[in-house]
Parts: sequence; C-alpha cells; structure tokens
Amino acid sequence: MLSFELSDDQRMIYETVRKFALNEMRPIYRECDEGGKIPPEFISKAWELFLIPNNVPEAYGGVGEPRSAVTGAILAEELAYGDFSLAVCMLCPASVVYPLIEFGTEDQKQKYLPLFCEESFKPASAAFMEPRIDFDLPSMQTKAAAEGGSYVINGEKCLVPLAADAEVILVYAQTDASADAKGVQAFLVDKGTAGMEISEREKNMGLKALDTRKVIFKDCRVPKESRLGGEAGCNVSKLLNYSFVGLAAMAVGVSKAAFEYARDYAKERVAFGEPIASRQAIAFMLAEMAIEVDATRLLTWEAAWRLDKGLESDREAYLAKQYAAEKVLMITDRAVQVLGGHGYIREHPVELWLRNGRGFATFDGLVTI
Amino acid sequence: MIDFEISENIANMKNMVHMLAENMMRPAARKYDEEEHQKPLDFINMMWEDSKRRNRARFEASTKPKQEGKPEKPAENSVMFANVIEELSWGDCGLYLCIPGGLGVAAVEAVGTSDQKERFLRRFTEGEPKWGAMAITEANAGSDTAAITATAARDGDHWVLNGEKIFVTSGKAAVQDSEGFVVVWATLDRSAGRAGIKSFIVEHGTPGMTVTKLEKKLGIRASDTCTIVFEDCRIPLDNILGSSEVQKKDSTSGFKGVMATFDATRPMVAASAIGIGRAAIDFVKEEFEKQGVQIRYGISPYRMTAVERDVQQMEANLQAARLLTWRACWMMDRRMRNNLEASMAKAKAGLAITLVTQKAVELMGPLGYSRELLLEKWMRDGKINDLFEGTGQINMLIIARRILEYTREQLK
Ligand SMILES: Cc1cc2nc3c(=O)[nH]c(=O)nc-3n(C[C@H](O)[C@H](O)[C@H](O)COP(=O)(O)OP(=O)(O)OC[C@H]3O[C@@H](n4cnc5c(N)ncnc54)[C@H](O)[C@@H]3O)c2cc1C
Repeated sequence: MLSFELSDDQRMIYETVRKFALNEMRPIYRECDEGGKIPPEFISKAWELFLIPNNVPEAYGGVGEPRSAVTGAILAEELAYGDFSLAVCMLCPASVVYPLIEFGTEDQKQKYLPLFCEESFKPASAAFMEPRIDFDLPSMQTKAAAEGGSYVINGEKCLVPLAADAEVILVYAQTDASADAKGVQAFLVDKGTAGMEISEREKNMGLKALDTRKVIFKDCRVPKESRLGGEAGCNVSKLLNYSFVGLAAMAVGVSKAAFEYARDYAKERVAFGEPIASRQAIAFMLAEMAIEVDATRLLTWEAAWRLDKGLESDREAYLAKQYAAEKVLMITDRAVQVLGGHGYIREHPVELWLRNGRGFATFDGLVTI
Repeated sequence: MIDFEISENIANMKNMVHMLAENMMRPAARKYDEEEHQKPLDFINMMWEDSKRRNRARFEASTKPKQEGKPEKPAENSVMFANVIEELSWGDCGLYLCIPGGLGVAAVEAVGTSDQKERFLRRFTEGEPKWGAMAITEANAGSDTAAITATAARDGDHWVLNGEKIFVTSGKAAVQDSEGFVVVWATLDRSAGRAGIKSFIVEHGTPGMTVTKLEKKLGIRASDTCTIVFEDCRIPLDNILGSSEVQKKDSTSGFKGVMATFDATRPMVAASAIGIGRAAIDFVKEEFEKQGVQIRYGISPYRMTAVERDVQQMEANLQAARLLTWRACWMMDRRMRNNLEASMAKAKAGLAITLVTQKAVELMGPLGYSRELLLEKWMRDGKINDLFEGTGQINMLIIARRILEYTREQLK
C-alpha cells in the first residue's frame, strides 16, 4: 500500500548518516576541495559507519542486512548533502561489493568480500565511463576478447575514482563485437595486473577532492574466472540501474544542500530595505527549487522501490537519473543566482555545488547503492 | 516503509473507471467541445446513478457518530479519489467537470454541521442529478480572494446577500437546472478584512439569485461556467457555514478554515491535470508504435533524437507531478497538514501538463493541430489546471511562504 514514510530502520540510518554529514563532512569539505585531498582520518571515521559491510552476507564477514535500493537512496542523499566528493569516496568500494553480492560466483565472493568487511577501509572501484563525447553503454568500446583460458582487455576508461590505490577494479567491457548493451560484461581486475595502466590524476571541474584517473588497458590479460558471475556473467543493465538510482539520490542531496543554503541566505540578505526573500523573483526561485528537490527524490525512490521489488526498472531508473541531473543543475545554478556576486566567491559553498552538480549529466556508473 | 504500490482496491477501481472513460467519455468528448453549453445528459445520468449509491454510503458514514475502539483500516480516500479523477480526466476533463456534485458539496462536507449535512447533502443520495457549486471569484477579486465585495447582512432571521460572482463552475447546473445549491463567499464586515469573510449556502430557486451569463471558453467547454448575481437575496440564518462571529481584525482563523478546503481539492485538480497529460502521452506513444518510432532509454544524447528527449522529459515530468500528488493525498488520508505539499502538487502538475500537452501537439505535426484528433483539445483543456483553484503563481506563493516561514505581509 502506498506509503511515503521511512521504516524505523531507514529512519535510524537516515539520522546516523545525516549527523555524520553535518558533523564530519561539512566542516572539511571546502578544504578537501581546495586541496584536492581527503584526509585518511576522515576515511577511517566514515568506514566506522560500516555502511558497506552492513549488506555483505554473514558468511563473508558482513552483517547480513539485505540490500535495499530505497535505503541506499536515502543514505546516498544524505552523504551527498554532506559532500559529493567525500560521499563518492566513501561508497566507492560498493561499486565492487554490491555487484559481487548480486552476481559473483562463490569463489569470487570468497576471494573479495571479506576484504571489504575488515576494520579498515580498502579502496576498490569500477571503471565504466570512456573518454568520448558520445559514450553510452551500448557503444562501449573497451573490449574483452576470450582467448583460451583468459580474457584480453583493451581500451580506455576515465573518471575511475581511487583507481591508483584500488585493490580491485571492476572493469566493464564489450565481449561480443556484434552485440550492443547485452554484450557488455564486467571483469575483476586486481591491482598491479600487467597491461592495466593507471594514468596521472584527472583534473575535473568538480569532484575535486576525489582522486579520479584515466585507466588504460593494453592487452591486459585476466583469467576467465575473473569475469563477474563466471560463465553465466552478469546483468549489466541491472547494475547500471542501481548506479542511476544512486546518482539520482546524490543529485537530490546536492540539490537539497544548495536549496537550504540559498533559502537561509535569502532571509538574511537585505537589499532595498528588505530581505531579498520577500521579493517574488527570489521567493519563486526558491519555491521551484523546493518542488524539484521533492519531485526528484520521489522519482528516485520510486525507481529504487522498483529495483527492490524486482520490477522492470530500466526506464524508471534512467528517467530518474536524467531528471535529477537536469534539476540539480537548475537548483545549484539558482543557488548561485540567489547569492548574487557573493555566490561566485569561494567563501560560499554554492559555486562548489554548481561545479559538482554539473557532473551528474556526465556520470554513469560512478557510484552504486 | 516507502511503497509506491496502490492498494488492490484502488487498482480495481482505477480499471473500472478506465473502462468507463474509454467507452463512455472518449466517444462523446469532441461533440461536447464543439457544441458548447450542451449538456451531456446521457453521461450525467449514468454517473449520477453510480454516485448516488456511493454518496449514500458516504453520507451515512459522515453523519453517523464515529464508533470508538474499532481498529480502523488506514484511510485511502484521497489517494482513491486522485486515481479515479486521473482516469476520468484521461477520458475527458470537460465531461469529468460536469459530473453532479462539485466544490460546494465538498465544502459542506468539510465544515457543515450535521443539520446542514442533512439539509444539503441528503439530496445527493436520491432523485435527479444535482450540483453544489462554489462562488468565490468576482470581477475584481480572483487570486486576491480577500478582496471580495459581495456582502451579507443580517436582517432578523435571514442573511441578505448582495453582489456578483463570476466564473462559477456548474453554477447554472446548481441553481437553474437542478435542485442544487451554491456556496457563496461574502463579507459580513468589510472593515474586518479576511475575518469578515464567510460562506453561505444558497438554495436553487431562492429569489434574488440569477444566472446572468454563460462564459465561452478556451477549453473544458462541456463544463458550464457562469455569472451569478445576488440582489437582496434572503437565506435562512443557519445557512452560514462555520461560525457567524467576526473575529477581531488580525484574526484570520475563520478564513483559514474556508481556505483549508483547498488543501483537499488542490491535489484533485493536480490529479485531473495528470489524467489529461497521460492521455496525451499515451496517444503519442501509441502513434509512435504504429509508425515504428522507438523511444530508447539510457543512450547517449548523440544517438538520441530530439523526439526521444521530448518524450522522456514529458514522462518524467508527468510522473514527478503524479508522485507529488499522491504524497499530498496520502498525507491528507493520515490527517497530516498537507498545505505545502498540496500546493507543490498543484504547481508542478500545472506546469507539467502545459509542457506535456503542448509538446504532444507539436510531436504529432499537422495531425496534432487538427480537430480530427483530441490532442489539440487536451492542450486547451489542460491549461485550466494552471488557473483555477489557485493559479500556478498563487501556489508558488504559498510554497514560498511556507519554506521561508513568512507571513503574507512579509511576502506579497
Ligand atoms: C473555467 C474556470 C472555472 C472556474 N471555476 C470557479 C469556481 O467554480 N468558483 C470560483 O470561485 N472561481 C472559479 N474560477 C475562477 C478562478 O479561480 C480564478 O480565475 C483564478 O483564481 C484567478 O483569478 P483571476 O482570473 O481574477 O486572475 P488574477 O487574480 O487577476 O491574476 C492574474 C495573473 O496575476 C497573477 N497574480 C495574481 N496575484 C499574484 C500575486 N500575489 N503574486 C504573483 N502573481 C499574482 C496570477 O497568477 C495570474 O497569472 C474559475 C475560472 C475559470 C477560468
């Protein structure tokens, strides 16, 4: 039956994560963005929330809570409300862990999952996007060719977070030259595998605190056991749907941050003798921002709910992400506008949110929930 | 627990209404658009038979004292209504607005005393079709409802009403064509501002009340919209809704009470908009399928056509509006304060429907512009939802005041 209420568990997670966002992320995010670094102390504190091991089955050292996309969306929103770069960093190992839980063979699960249930954070990542203007899943150009007992990977990936330190990177590649999206599979490539070259750190408009790399594969040979799900493979569209929902939820978090800041500022800032919020031109911008934060969240939750229910969700997840990408840009841009020239100055956070918000239209497969 | 599945009860109802919309409304839609001011009697009579039965159950429930202690099933009336209205408006919004009943009935239901319910609502359970209209708007007071100048004055056992109301939906049906009534907003004391404004129920056929004009409109032409003039129109004292006391100037609690009905009806206007929007999207997608035009999801904009992008935007906007609407209804069913959420739903739906129906006309090329199809009609019909029961701007104003915690003096 229709309900817009969080469950008790979800409320608890929401509150924990929100507190973390306000107390641990907000005080440092500007410094992280300026310095292009995330302090290790932050990473260990974040790991103590145990967000990822929480969903790993007990047999592999986790807590065994079933994974829920709705819960994931709720927590991803709050983390991104704290800070988007830090949030992506925290959730990065999930890009390997969740696909493993969903599709991994027994051997793969035993090999990797326990690594991500330990006391300390282990970086891991996914390599999905390719540095092309017309990149999308059906036109994936990184190839994985079966050769005897192995796969040989060739191609170029970009925006791979934490690639330099990742214990393992889940690499998405086309296995069948004649197929489109259906031929794309994922491969677990361990750190230091020959033929996998991690390039210099990328310089991006936003996400500046996060170390992202281009990763180049030149005849990178991996055993055929490293194909996610073994011979059965995995359903990449489904994995992508989770990522769409995760990104949409994070866009809501960034939007909410920008909306709240602009709203509070507009009540304080006086021009022509009155707070600027008492003028409709400003107030209506804020009202539209408020509507779209909620609208985007509901679309995101609905897509997440469909995933949890096992319903067809290709269309819903994609639309939620597209809509969120459009609205986060509108909202962060308006936030800068509400602050006027002050919004352009790096003493206020809104310019940072605009830079981060701009990325959502581009990001595919960057995070998962 | 977050859940987007409507109950089986609602789903069944939705299916039933959908069939009716398809078989009874769609075939009549064009006729009553072209023949403005004709009454779709067959449709009205059919709906009346059905609503009488439902009204009986509702009437009994609303007048019987509540039984204590019985564990109540979570209410879902608003969500149910929103779904029914979406289907009916998918059929045809003009015809939907002709259905007996109306906003006046909702007002009596919401704030009437049990005696008033008996006097004014029982009639909706029996006899011929009837309407209860709501007359707030005046020539010089639309959005600014507090500026109304129609007056009510006490004279012995009566209130005497004077003034002119315009744009009354189903006004003619309520006071001239049926044994209905109209709920009229009038002021007891202009100097008291909002606090002086009260609503009064005027029976059909009351001397001094005349329908003077039927409007010709852009759309929803099946629905009558009229001017009603009140000239020394005398009504019994107990035809006032709510208390007759005029609170002191700053107090607006009485006015707020009347305005609160909008928290219930705005999501329904949004639901109606969504029904029209869905009609347009359904049509466009069916036509595409016939013509072999595919809408692909999850591909790069470089491979996407402008048409695919448009359709995706239409779908996402419509669904966003629907979810906001469902949320407002869900809160209403739980008796949570939903004034912010109701306005969000209405504002979003008004914009979404405008985008969706206008795009749909464009996407069908010359076909879209032709009166052979209903697309151009949906665009004309749809626009009303961004106008009545609070224009888009008025809803934005309400939202802005709520999020800023501003009074109407702080944000005009
Ligand atoms: C078909 C139809 C049916 C109707 N049915 C009924 C009915 O049954 N009963 C009834 O009482 N009324 C009814 N109405 C009236 C309807 O509710 C009003 O038309 C509506 O509220 C707008 O008022 P107005 O037309 O006077 O526009 P105005 O109030 O003059 O507004 C004109 C424009 O100014 C904007 N505006 C006004 N004030 C502000 C502000 N403070 N800030 C920003 N923008 C502002 C409005 O959004 C609008 O864009 C109906 C109208 C129509 C067209």
